[in-house]
This record gives sequence, C-alpha cells and structure tokens, in this order.
Amino acid sequence: MLIFDHSRPGRTATAQLPAAGGSLDDLPANLRRRDAPALPEVSELDVVRHYTRLSQKNFSIDTQFYPLGSCTMKYNPRACNSLAMLPQFLARHPASPDETGQGFLTSMFELQEMLKDVTGMAGVSMAPMAGAHGEFAGVAMIRAYHDARGDTARREMIVPDAAHGTNPASAVMCGYTVKEIPTDASGSIDLAALRAAVGPQTAGLMLTNPSTLGVFEKTIADIQKIVHDAGGLLYYDGANLNAILGKVRPGDMGFDVIHMNLHKTFSTPHGGGGPGAGPVGVAERLLPFMPIPLVLNENGFYRLATEADLPQSIGRMSANMGNAGVLMRAYVYARLLGREGMHRVAEYATLNANYLMARLREAGFDLAFPERRASHEFIVTLKKLKDTTGVSAMDFAKRLLDYGFHAPTTYFPMLVPECLLIEPTETESRETLDGFVEAMITIKREAETSPDLVKGAPYSLPVRRLDDVRAARELDLAYKPTA
Amino acid sequence: MPFIPHTEEDVSAMLGAIGAASIEELFDEIPPALKTGKLKDVPDGLPEMAVARLMQERASADGFWSSFIGAGVYEHHIPAAIWQITTRGEFYSAYTPYQAEASQGTLQLIYEYQTMMTRLTGLDVSNASLYDGASALAEAVLMAVRSHKTSRRVLVPKTVHPIYRRVVDTTVKNQGIELVELAYDPTTGHTVLPADPGSFAGLVIPQPNFFGVLEDVHAMTDWAHDKGALAIALVNPTTLAVLEAPGQWGSRSNQGGGADIAVGEGQPLGAPMASGGPYFGFMCCRQAFVRQMPGRIVGRTVDLDGKPGFTLTLQAREQHIRRSKATSNICTNQGLVVTAATQYMALLGPQGLAKVASVSHAGTVALAEKLAAIPGVTRAFTSPYFHEVVLKLNDNARDVLRALRAQGILGGLDISGWYPELGHAILVCVTETKTAADLDHYAQHMERILSKRREAPPCAYKN
Ligand SMILES: Cc1ncc(COP(=O)(O)O)c(C=O)c1O
Repeated sequence: MLIFDHSRPGRTATAQLPAAGGSLDDLPANLRRRDAPALPEVSELDVVRHYTRLSQKNFSIDTQFYPLGSCTMKYNPRACNSLAMLPQFLARHPASPDETGQGFLTSMFELQEMLKDVTGMAGVSMAPMAGAHGEFAGVAMIRAYHDARGDTARREMIVPDAAHGTNPASAVMCGYTVKEIPTDASGSIDLAALRAAVGPQTAGLMLTNPSTLGVFEKTIADIQKIVHDAGGLLYYDGANLNAILGKVRPGDMGFDVIHMNLHKTFSTPHGGGGPGAGPVGVAERLLPFMPIPLVLNENGFYRLATEADLPQSIGRMSANMGNAGVLMRAYVYARLLGREGMHRVAEYATLNANYLMARLREAGFDLAFPERRASHEFIVTLKKLKDTTGVSAMDFAKRLLDYGFHAPTTYFPMLVPECLLIEPTETESRETLDGFVEAMITIKREAETSPDLVKGAPYSLPVRRLDDVRAARELDLAYKPTA
Repeated sequence: MPFIPHTEEDVSAMLGAIGAASIEELFDEIPPALKTGKLKDVPDGLPEMAVARLMQERASADGFWSSFIGAGVYEHHIPAAIWQITTRGEFYSAYTPYQAEASQGTLQLIYEYQTMMTRLTGLDVSNASLYDGASALAEAVLMAVRSHKTSRRVLVPKTVHPIYRRVVDTTVKNQGIELVELAYDPTTGHTVLPADPGSFAGLVIPQPNFFGVLEDVHAMTDWAHDKGALAIALVNPTTLAVLEAPGQWGSRSNQGGGADIAVGEGQPLGAPMASGGPYFGFMCCRQAFVRQMPGRIVGRTVDLDGKPGFTLTLQAREQHIRRSKATSNICTNQGLVVTAATQYMALLGPQGLAKVASVSHAGTVALAEKLAAIPGVTRAFTSPYFHEVVLKLNDNARDVLRALRAQGILGGLDISGWYPELGHAILVCVTETKTAADLDHYAQHMERILSKRREAPPCAYKN
C-alpha cells in the first residue's frame, strides 16, 4: 500500500500546521499556482505507521549481518547520531558568522587534523559529499596542478580494469580520457602494461590499495615510481581505507591525492543510499588547489577558508559546508575510538576477513586468489558451481537473504566470474561469522541437490525476485492513480 | 575494545583456523617499510559519557540564535516524528537498495518521494536525489548540454545564488562548457534577457531568484524554447505549494512546453540547517529526457508471482554499468535525508505546505515593511518578492549585523561583497517559525542601532 492510498481529501496532520494563515494577495496572479500539488492528505498516525512499517521491510546493519564487499558495513554507533543531532548543532544556519559556531568548527578542525594524521597527507578538505564527489575533487586538483605548470598535454587518466565505476566516470567529468590497464593473475596491477601506458599524456593513475580484488598491491613502490617518473600523479580511492587504517598510510605509499569514504571507514551511516562524506587529502604540492571551504585555526579562533585564502582552489563543491552533520558523526566516532581504536580497525577487519576466508575455503568454496592473504575483504568465485549446477552468484546471493544474511557484493569487480566480494568488518563476532559459514555451506548443498530451489530464491521476503527487465521497459517511476 | 567484540579466546581460535601466529602476520604482504608508526594527532579514545559531555559543552557554546538568514537554507519547523522514524536502524543503517528484495522499504519510500516531487514540480519524472541544490544545478547544466545537439553554452542569470554559480563553474569548467552570465535590472531585480544571446543549450530560471524577487518565468521559458534551448527551473520546494509549478511555466505548457528540468535544494523539506548539511538536491524532468538524467531512479515492477514491488531501474545510465560513459559519476546520494523529506511532505500535505509558504511570506512582508519604515532602510527592488527580500542600508551592513548579533539576532546575510553595485545590502528571510514578537524585537533593535550610529558615528580606527 502506498502512502497515497491512505489519502482522504481534507484530512491533515493538524498539529504540524502553523496556527494562522498568511496572505498571498501581493503576488501576481499569473505566478501563483493554479492547482494544488496532489501530496498525500493523511493524519500523523498514518505517516508514522506507514513509514515504520516500510522500515521493517529493509535489511540493515542493526538487524542483519551485512558483508557487502567494498562497502564496509560496520556498526554505526548510536552516540555518533545523537551527539551530532544536539539541538544547537541542528539549529545553526550555515551562513551564520564563524563566531556563532566555534563548537562546531573546533570539532571540524580537529577531525580535519585527525584525517591528515591517519592518511599521512599534508592537507585535508572535507568539502566533498561522497566518495565519487571526492574523486571529482581529486582529479580536478590533478588537472589544476598540471595546468598551473603549463603542462597541458596531460589529458589521460589511467584506471585499472578492477576499479570502481566512479573512477573512470570522475576522470571524464574532469575532461580526461580514460586508459584502462589490466590486472595480472595474482590480482595485482600488470606492471608491464602500466609501463607501456604511461607517457607525456599521462595525468595520473587512480588506484585503490588494497585493490577492489581484496589484495594488497605489493608492488606499490614500483607503481609509484613508474607514474611519478612519467610526470603523472597518483590518486588513492579510499573506499578500502578500512583495510589499512592505523597500519599503512596512503601518504607513505607515495599517493599525491586521496579521498576517504567516511560512510565506510568512519562508520557514518549509509542511510539507504547516503548521505556520505568524501574528504580529500593532498600532498604538499596540491595544497593550493584544495576545494573550499576548509577550516582554519587562527590562534584558537576557527573559521572557514574562502576564495581569498586559497585563490588557486579548484572552487566549491556545495552551496555550504559539505555534509556537515555526517562529518560530525565521523568526529564523534574518531573520539570514541581514539588512537588505539584506530590502530585496531584494520587489524580486526583483516582478522575477520581471513578467518571467514579460511573457513569457506575449508568448506570447499573456490577463492579468486587462493595464494593471497585477504585484506579486509576477499572474493569467492562460484564459476564451477554455476557450470555444474546452473546456480549463479546472483541466485546464491538471493538465497542468503532467506537465511537472514544480507548478500555480499555480486558481479563486482567484473573481471572475476560469478564473484562474491565478502567484507565482514571488524565489528562482527566470531559467532556471526560462523553462522554465515553455515548458511553458505547449506546453500552450496542445496545448489548441488536441488538447484531450482536456489534459483527461485528468495521466498521469505516481502517480495520474490523482481522483474528488472519489465521495470526498465515499462517505466513506472511515479504513481498515477488509474481513474 | 570499542565496537570490536572479540575476546582473547576468539582471537586465538580464529588465528588457529587461519594458520597464523599473530594478527600482525596477516599483514605480511605489506612491505615493512610502509608500516605506520604510532598516530600522532589522534587523541586517546574516550568513553561515550566523556564524549557526550564534550559535545554538549560545544553545542552550548554555539547556542541558539534568532536567525533571519535564508539564502537557500530555511529554518522550518520539523515535526518530531520525522527524525525519530528516519533514524530507525532499518533506514539509518541500510545500504543502497541494490538487493531489491531486502530493501523494499527504502525502495517504496523513494518511489513515493519521486511521485511527490513530480506532483510538486509538475514534471514527469524525478530521480532519487543528488548531493545538494548547487550540485543539482551543475548536473542540470551538464544534462542540458548532453541533450542539445550543438551548443555547449548555458545562460546563468546573476540572480542565481553566487555560490551555486561557483559550484556550477567548478563542476563543468573542464568539459569545455561556457557559462554566460545574464545581468539583472537594477530597479526591479529581474533577469534581463539579452537581445542577441547566440546559440545556447539551456537557460537557468531561478524562482524566486536569489534576491527573493519573482522572475517572469513564463516569458523566460518561452524565450528559451523559442531559441531551441532547454528551460532549467531552479526552485525552492516549499514555494511550489503556492507558486506555479515549473511544468506549467510558459504559454505552451499544455503542448509539452513548461520547464524541461527542475532542480533545487531539498533542505526546506524537513532537513535541519545543521551548519550546512546533509541536505539533498532534487531533480525532475520531462519524460523525454529521462535517459539523460543522472543519479538513481526507482521503478515499480512485479515479482515472480506477479506481485508489485520496487527496484532500481535505468541503471545503464550509471557509473557502475556504463563507467566512463555514464551520465554522471554520482553513486552514493542523500538517501536518508530523502527519507525525512518524504515524511515531511506526507505530514504537511498540500494544505500544510501552502500554509508554511504563505505564513513565511506574510512574515517577510511584515518585517520588510517594519524595517523599511526605519530611516536608513529601503527595499532594493520594486518587484513582487517571495519569502525573502533585499534591504539596502545607509550604513555598513557588516557593522549593523554585528550590532544585531550582540542582541542575539542574526539579521540576515550581507550580500554587499557579491553585489557591490547594491551598496550596503542584506538579504532577509522570515519563516513560519518567527512570531510577531520576534519581528518587533528585530525591528526595534534595528531602529535603535541605526539611530545610535547616526547620532554617534563609530570612529573608523576603533573597528
Ligand atoms: C571502490 C569504490 N570506489 C568508489 C566508490 C564511490 O563512493 P561513493 O558511493 O561514496 O560515491 C565506492 C562506493 O561504493 C567504492 O566501493
């Protein structure tokens, strides 16, 4: 039932309406609306009940294990939410003078400094509002850097074939062409291909480390040298920062510019699709180009930097201060963890991933890279199972839902056939991981004995498998009552 | 260990299963030279109780203010139910609804949101959100250029929020797109359409514009269409309860005219101001342009048993499928804020939203009249305005605002720096949250401050 089905002409959530009305007589008639917008006309209880019920149709971290690779679905501490939502913080208008927001700005400045420390970068701007937005800012800075030196022939961004789709898309939005390079059999960048790809046209290389294949690029020192020797800059996609937080810093690996996904590593909620926060960190030579605003500390007075402070900045990413409330949640998380807690993140994320990998291997699952250590995530390939039983990674994923586990990431990265990219995160207990292994074993047995059962999954959710082809062919993107 | 459940026994059993002697051994593929030493600038961890105290102290230091600042972000009442439901774990801690069967709550909510937005804007389709109003405008500019066969020029009035214009510039400047600034009439505050604009792909039409002035959106829409360009509406969703929907703009709206794309800042629909975010950008368009739209879109379909359900659709526009040929790089959007906005629109309904808009507007008119009656304060423009107004002062705006601040009043936004031609100018906004007593309080202090400064001008060097 849609909220529109509850609607009755004339019904209102009266307590939410201003007491008095206001006149609009001074407005020109031709600019006024002729027909009132057909929003729902419902009571407050209708709304509360309808949306509470809808929430119950979701899987979430708070209700299920959610081992979604590349997404770092760790527990989102509740204090981060309640402290970011203290009423004075919520009431502050973004264009208020800095004097009225020293509590907020102090927190922002301290977060900025902590992010510098954990990434080993010389400067951080928290303007970007998600990972892809950070990628855009990072690539735009690379371009601004080359352009400022008159090095304008560098118009090509190198991206490994295992990279997330946002990497090539962000490079194109900065006016670059994309050159893809392959991955070798051990899951590492093919160095020979990289050597052949670089040249005077190279603006840079975009990389995640550990890669989206769940393994650490052991030759990062060589990669760094090849790109820098060719005059390019090195971009770090921080989606996998949880694997190395407190262990290795992108700055120490030689990266010139990075973004972080605070909605992954710093445990701000994913919110059913966002909001995130994608701060960028830069090495010394990119400092002048950082997006504004960032927070400055002038002898204990905190203020937002403007164009006057950074005349060479790539500019602004949002109308205000990025996703400030998300940054506040990340700040609270950082204070709760502290230094020791930061060092522990990668350790326990890696422990959980390697444990899960060992147990699944023992249970007869094929690993994409059996010779390698898992980072914070790893890949199981179901190619053999598909060939013998017809059960695909998608079918397997859907059956996991029936057993009360959110599915791992499927069909990404695209180069491993029938892949499940599994990321348990550090906040899950051994018992939960064991329960997941049991479900995996059960489903594998089902696939071998009654494949149709798995192919028809899920059975226990609000809907069964949905017709995506019809969704795209017979577009129904907004409700229209049938007369 | 905060948020890590492992006991010592767990760790040794797990290492045993892996066949490793220590956790450190799991990092043996990382070259030792790269390993981080101790972090320097991260302080020791604190228990929740101590962090709570710290944050409460900081919040108290920031305090509460009587704010009359708008400029794209508006202080509206937010019903208590909204964020209680929005922060339920099932919404708060869910991922993007890629596994549709396990995400029907979020997906249905987005479908309802898309429906409400199309009804508010009078357009056919809506996406599931973009980052904020400014970035949504940038995406609309890119979309107009993609949709236009030949031109890479887009006309952007100076009456568009100056920061929005900068965000658009940052976003499109590396793609060979030319942004052409349109002047405004110094008396009316309306955008002036140039006699000879040359070829262009789109015209941005702000309603109300940054000054609060109502543009002649019908003439602007027709003009853009006559020149073969798209009309891009930049609108405040609250005002759409009472102002004409973009889909109805122009004289030919019933023949497929009207604005082609509508974008704006979703913050007024239930998002707290919170020093800048998170908010969300909305984008609606006519059916013909749906395949050029950036961002996620939810569609209704059926499951294996023929039962209705919801799923992400038209994903072939998006980066995870199309990579370098995607319509945009956007992936994570502002889902949770959309969750709040959907409930806000449902709770307010057509009557409630219209009441919020009209009360806000009437308050602005009342305050503008009170202030303009004070010697030294005049309205900057003669045209009708909506819910926000530019006032000229015969005194330094920054100093006057600072004096008001000493009384707990944030009297508006000083826009003199962006528009030096206006002299000392402030942009003032009233919403339904302000009472008649609040308006009187503001006006009394403004009168006192201006007369005091007139009688005893501050020494220049004392500042
Ligand atoms: C490897 C990788 N890079 C980039 C991104 C994009 O980040 P966001 O969704 O925050 O824009 C993701 C997110 O899923 C990712 O997994």
